[in-house]
Parts: sequence; C-alpha cells; structure tokens
Amino acid sequence: MNIFDIIGPVMIGPSSSHTAGAVRLGRVANKLLQSKPKDIRIELSGSFAKTYKGHGTDKALLAGILGYHSYSEEIRSIFSIADKQGIHYTYIPTDIPNSHPNTARIQVTCEDGSQHTVQGASIGGGNIRVDYVDGMKVDFTGERNTILVPHYDRPGVIAAVTNIMWQKHKDINIGSFRLTRPVKGGIAMMTIEVDGMPPADVIDAIRSVQYVTNVILIRAI
Amino acid sequence: MFTYTSIAELVEAAEKSGKKISELVLADQAESMEQSQEELFDRMSTDLDVMIDAVKFGEQKDQKSTSGLTGGEGWKMNDYTGRTQGGLSGTIIGHAIARALSVAGCNASMGRIVATPTAGSCGILPGCLLTLMEEKGMDRKDVIMSIFTAGAFGMVIAQNACIAGAQGGCQAECGSASGMAAAALVELAGGTPQMAADACAIAIANQLGLVCDPVAGLVEIPCIKRNASGVVIAFSAADMALAGIHSCIPVDECIEAMRAVGSALPASLRETAGGGLAVTKTGKKLKEQVFGKEE
Repeated sequence: MNIFDIIGPVMIGPSSSHTAGAVRLGRVANKLLQSKPKDIRIELSGSFAKTYKGHGTDKALLAGILGYHSYSEEIRSIFSIADKQGIHYTYIPTDIPNSHPNTARIQVTCEDGSQHTVQGASIGGGNIRVDYVDGMKVDFTGERNTILVPHYDRPGVIAAVTNIMWQKHKDINIGSFRLTRPVKGGIAMMTIEVDGMPPADVIDAIRSVQYVTNVILIRAI
Repeated sequence: MFTYTSIAELVEAAEKSGKKISELVLADQAESMEQSQEELFDRMSTDLDVMIDAVKFGEQKDQKSTSGLTGGEGWKMNDYTGRTQGGLSGTIIGHAIARALSVAGCNASMGRIVATPTAGSCGILPGCLLTLMEEKGMDRKDVIMSIFTAGAFGMVIAQNACIAGAQGGCQAECGSASGMAAAALVELAGGTPQMAADACAIAIANQLGLVCDPVAGLVEIPCIKRNASGVVIAFSAADMALAGIHSCIPVDECIEAMRAVGSALPASLRETAGGGLAVTKTGKKLKEQVFGKEE
C-alpha cells in the first residue's frame, strides 16, 4: 500500500465498484479491438442488473469499451459521444448463473466484422477480475500486462512459450501463470501476467510456436 | 521506513526528529515508491486541484445527481451562509459544510473526485482543507503537505481496521475520513504530532458504530450529508486537540475498536442497503422511484 491508495484514485463518481470498476472492465474489451467498434451488447447480472442506471454503470462500461479511463469526464456524456460516432449499444439485464454479483458480459462487433467478448466482475474498490475472454475461461485482474495464449493442449507448448520470453527479453518477469484446460488435448489457455511491457517481437515469436493458435496482449489498464 | 501499523510510530518519529509527520511521510513514501519527493508532491498537488474543481462542479445551483434523488445542497448551504453572515455555526463551518456537500454532490452526479479514502467519503478532506486554505489564508504548499499526514493516518486505519463501508460500515468511510482530516487540520494549524493523533482519535471515537445504510444502494442518502457531519466532527476534534484536550483512549486503540465494531456489525448495516435508513418506508419508496417496483 502507498499513500495514493488512500488519497485516490481520482475517479468519476459515484461508486468505485459500480462506476470506476465498470470502466476498467470495459477497458479490457477495448484492448481486444483491432478496428472501430460498431455494435456493442452489454449483459448485466446481479447488482449490476438491478442498479446500473443509478450508479452510471451503463455509461461507465461503454466509456471503458471506447477507451476512456475511470477519471475521464467524457463518461458523463458517453451516450452522445457514441451516438455521434454511429456506435450502436444495448443493455440487457440478465442472470449469469454462478457469477459475482457485479458481473457484466460484453460483446463487441467491429467494423471489420471481428467480434470479441469479455466477461468479468467488479470486485470492490475499483478492482476487477476477468473471467472470460472471447469465450475462453481466464482469470486475471488487468493490473499488470497480461498475455493470453490460446493453444492446443500438447506437451512442451508452455515450455516453448516461456523460453521465448526468457531468451528474447531478459527483463520480462512472470508474476502469475495460469493454465485452464476444459478438455484434455483440446484448446487450452495460458494467462500470463508479467512485470514490464513485452515487446512486439516476443508476441510475434510466441504466435509462431507450434500449437499456439493466437496471442492476445492486454496492457495493464 | 515506516510500517504504517501504528500512529504512535509516526508521532514518535516526528517528535524525535522535530519534523512534521507530513515531511517524514513524504520522504518515506518517495523512498518506498522509488520516486522523487518532488514527483509525489506534484501528484498530490494535482489531487488538490481535482478537489478544487469538484467543489466548483458541485456547488452549482442546478447540480443534480444521476438518480435525481439529490442535488443543489452545496449551493443552498453557501447561499444561506452568505445571506446570514454565517448562520448559526459561523462562516468557516458553514462554508466547510457547503464544500463537503458540493464534493459529495459532484460524486453523485458523475463528476470527478479524489477518493479520500473512498468515493462515499470524498467530501470530508476537501471540505476541511480547502476551507482553511481559502478562508484562513493557509499556504497551498502547507495544505498539500498536510494531505500526506492525512494519507499516512489513513494507511494505518486501512491496515489495522478498514476503510470500506462493505467491511466496516460508514464509520470506516466517513469516520476514517474525519479522523484523517482532523489530523491534517491540526498540523496545518501548527499543532504538535501528538495533538494530530488526539484529534484523529476523537473524530473516530465520535463516529464509532456509524452504519452504512445507503437508500437504494446509491452513494447519496445519507452519504452526502454524512460528509457534512464528518467535516464538523473533524473541526471540533481538531479544535479540542489544539486546546490541549487529550483523547482518553489512544488513537491506535480507537482504530482497533473501530475494527472490532465493524466486525460486529450485521451484514444488513454494511452497504447492502438491507437495514437502517435504506429499509425505512420512505427509503423503500425512494428506491422504487429510481429503480421501479421489485417484481
């Protein structure tokens, strides 16, 4: 803890969990986009579903998806900003079973036709936990740069990926590593949170590892 | 390096070195955050600017919260204080209340604030400090330094008790903010480190057991007005300490008591909107007004 954990954060009100955390959750989706968002669909569950209007959770999520920060004044007028850009957005209160009370599921369709989804929760004090990215189970907080590596579950893939990180760039330190594997031998996911910023050549090199299907870098939000 | 596990630690170090708590904390934080003292000071200066802007945002006549439940309190208090030459409690307190209401109102209308220590209690520190700066002519640099003292006290509270309403009730949010502000007020007024500790103790003791019972679950009713009372408690605690009145229970023990009381509070009184004002007849009606009838 440091002094600015107490004097701070600077944020748009009214609630660290329902507003500031919601912006940060939206920002995770923003990090996945490679072209301009066209259609945004946001499902809200639990407390988010019941109180999103009073806390401005709807505006906060949308602002995050469009790349704004939890301290951006634009959050207040985000509907008209999105309308001007011709971005379509809908909110659907729903019940996502077995999820944290402040959970949102975001689906963004971009102008190039690509589609991305993020599901996560605002777990208090502006902190978040991301549960799914593009339909795959993950588990990270977005506080550090995070590398997601979907791959086929085969021996040696993890070693190949971490070797590249060590050989190419000695400064990248893995702070947390998690593997999720719904089915043996099927598609698995590495969630790697790192200290420092992994350079593009590392990401490209990981992408070329056999059995790795994609690499998604989510910069610290 | 400080451990921030007791306020006694801060007071002793300040008394031994003859320095202010804020000076020691700034040096300590610069070392542990691996940044220069100037960088940290500048960052705190920016935070002070956010507080000033939040007052301006919230004191407008037409200020209205996102839910529509509250608005315009800061303007009314300013208007009244001006019209009546200070109302009943004087211009300083009248304006300090107005500033606290304005910042808390700014928060409720999706304006930009500094969480000190939380969004729900964001009006108390600015309400106290900006009033001394703008109406008692305190130097801006000293005001910025005093926030380091407030922050250090907050760090101890966060470590030994808590600062979240969901964990410890409103005493953890507004109570902590009041205690932090009282300590900063004492330092600004030239009081000793021990007086700062006493002021913090008195402020916390006077809000012990305060429940978190937000109507409709929103950070508005009663939060906005509790920011105003938090300011008044901070001023009275600081004045008592400066007058040489000691807190009979040392501040670290008051913080420990706050932790214990917080743990003893039922969940219904810890930000769940399941008790207190939230479940009164009118509280429920207001909830319906914002979110509609529960199916």
